[in-house]
Amino acid sequence: MLFCGSVLALLLLVWTVPVMSTEDCKHTAEVIEIAAGIYMRPGKHAVVFDDEAVANIGFVVGKRCVAVIDTGGSNAEGQALRCAIRSVTRQPVCFVINTHVHPDHMLGNLAVREPGVFYIGHTNLARALALRGTVYLERAAQQAGRPLGPEHIILPDLSVDRQLRLDLGERVLELVAHPIAHTDNDLSIYDENTGTLWLSDLLFMEHIPVIDGSIKGWLKLLEALKDKPARRVVPGHGPVQAAWPDAAGDTQRYLSSLRDETQERIAEGDDLREAQKTVAYGERTRWQLFENYHKRNIIAAYTELEWED
Amino acid sequence: MRYSLADCTGNWPSFWLLAAMLVMSGTAVADTEEDSVWLGGLRTTYFGDRPIVQSDDVIELEAPERAEDSAVVPIRIKAKIPQTEEHFIKTITLIIDMNPGQLAGRFHFTPKNGRADLGLRVRVNAYGPVRAIAETNDGKLFMSRRFVKASGGCSAAVGTDIEAAKRRMGKMKFRTDKPVLNGEPLAVQLRVSHPNLTGLQMDQITQLYSTAHFVEKVAVSFEGQAVFAAETGFSLSENPSFRFYFVPDGAGELHAEVIDTEDLRFTGQYAVVPDK
Repeated sequence: MLFCGSVLALLLLVWTVPVMSTEDCKHTAEVIEIAAGIYMRPGKHAVVFDDEAVANIGFVVGKRCVAVIDTGGSNAEGQALRCAIRSVTRQPVCFVINTHVHPDHMLGNLAVREPGVFYIGHTNLARALALRGTVYLERAAQQAGRPLGPEHIILPDLSVDRQLRLDLGERVLELVAHPIAHTDNDLSIYDENTGTLWLSDLLFMEHIPVIDGSIKGWLKLLEALKDKPARRVVPGHGPVQAAWPDAAGDTQRYLSSLRDETQERIAEGDDLREAQKTVAYGERTRWQLFENYHKRNIIAAYTELEWED
Repeated sequence: MRYSLADCTGNWPSFWLLAAMLVMSGTAVADTEEDSVWLGGLRTTYFGDRPIVQSDDVIELEAPERAEDSAVVPIRIKAKIPQTEEHFIKTITLIIDMNPGQLAGRFHFTPKNGRADLGLRVRVNAYGPVRAIAETNDGKLFMSRRFVKASGGCSAAVGTDIEAAKRRMGKMKFRTDKPVLNGEPLAVQLRVSHPNLTGLQMDQITQLYSTAHFVEKVAVSFEGQAVFAAETGFSLSENPSFRFYFVPDGAGELHAEVIDTEDLRFTGQYAVVPDK
């Protein structure tokens, strides 16, 4: 595994990527060009493994090659995305960027593989995939009825520990590895040409945020990211694009109420079971899938905050 | 008590062995298939042929019907009888039928608890019954049982902030409710920072399982007198948390000693000062 801060070595490598030949595309994902050369396949709000095409995924086309940003929750989703890429460009795919470990974002990884492709993720992504990969494959088989072999869990070839600039040909993507927030392996992508900041699951809109990292870390990160001048952002779940930093408001408000009310319950001596009945229910009507994830978020918040000094 | 990987292979006794045991013990037949693991050997392992009354009149187990997070399932056991010198709950045994290492823990109480309530968090590996069995000081057994829908709790990856968890191992946090009154049961929350590794968490790169490493013994005393003791297994969630009661009889210090499977010992103290 390469730990890399330089893009020059990569440039030499990607020149050898062959262009794909004709492909069998029974199903092509519908994508929207949200800015010049940036395509997004919108996800629908549903519970992971209960449905397909849950996350917002997409790709960015440069003059020389294509970077895929997340690949969906199944092999079929990855294939449909690959067909969408082929419907738009003949450029080869040179990078597959996994924004984090969650299965709705990365189980299509194998389907977009091409010779010479580099899989790229946060420096903590390999560990997270190693620890959870088996469980995700089991759930894909049991819950979704889509058995997948271990080859569908692809560890990154390149790990980003701080930031990495990728040149796609007259187009540079800036990848930033963040400290623990939504997960402990979140990566964001900034396209300098169009001012597009692809935040993936660091930002939720409409769909209730899901905490799998640190509620405090996430709030801190959102606050810091607000200073980033971006013409538009792409949430991991929600509309195809939104204005920044206004788009952060809902996620911040939800996480803040959850944090504040959980802290109050802990200080009052309520145990986790009691806290689950009372914390942040003012948010109920503001989110889709609230009933599916809110109580779980309270567990995440409580078990983190009870160890605060 | 040590758990090994062999525990998770789930070698349940055959139907015939089950049938034979039912006949031998002469106890009531299972109402549903849900209790097959319990009747197929668990019951005999832990309680022999002693009679067990299934009832929520002595203790009542509260558990979510469907767990939001199978690695952190909050449960509570409510005592329905007071702890008096003459009659009290001595031990509560918590069993999760479908877990590898089904014995989640044994928890010991005395009249000094005032009430033998217990709150904790467990891992649940597959849909199945969770049962709490109370033994009173006269040797009688009472069982409260709930069916919990959850899966994967034992193989789920540990926590999310692994670095923070490593730094914190062995740290303890005590908390008591307010007000603190002499002679009145006082709720105590004891939190222990420990990964409580099950040994079933697989690393897909190495294809190896993490070594089981979990809290095995907990002993809490107040001014030298035992107020809570437990032998526990890896079915307790990461960072084990215990909520129990004791009756203070003046100012003093709560002292906790925790021992894990690697024989690491951790201690914690907390001053209790009555409000009046």
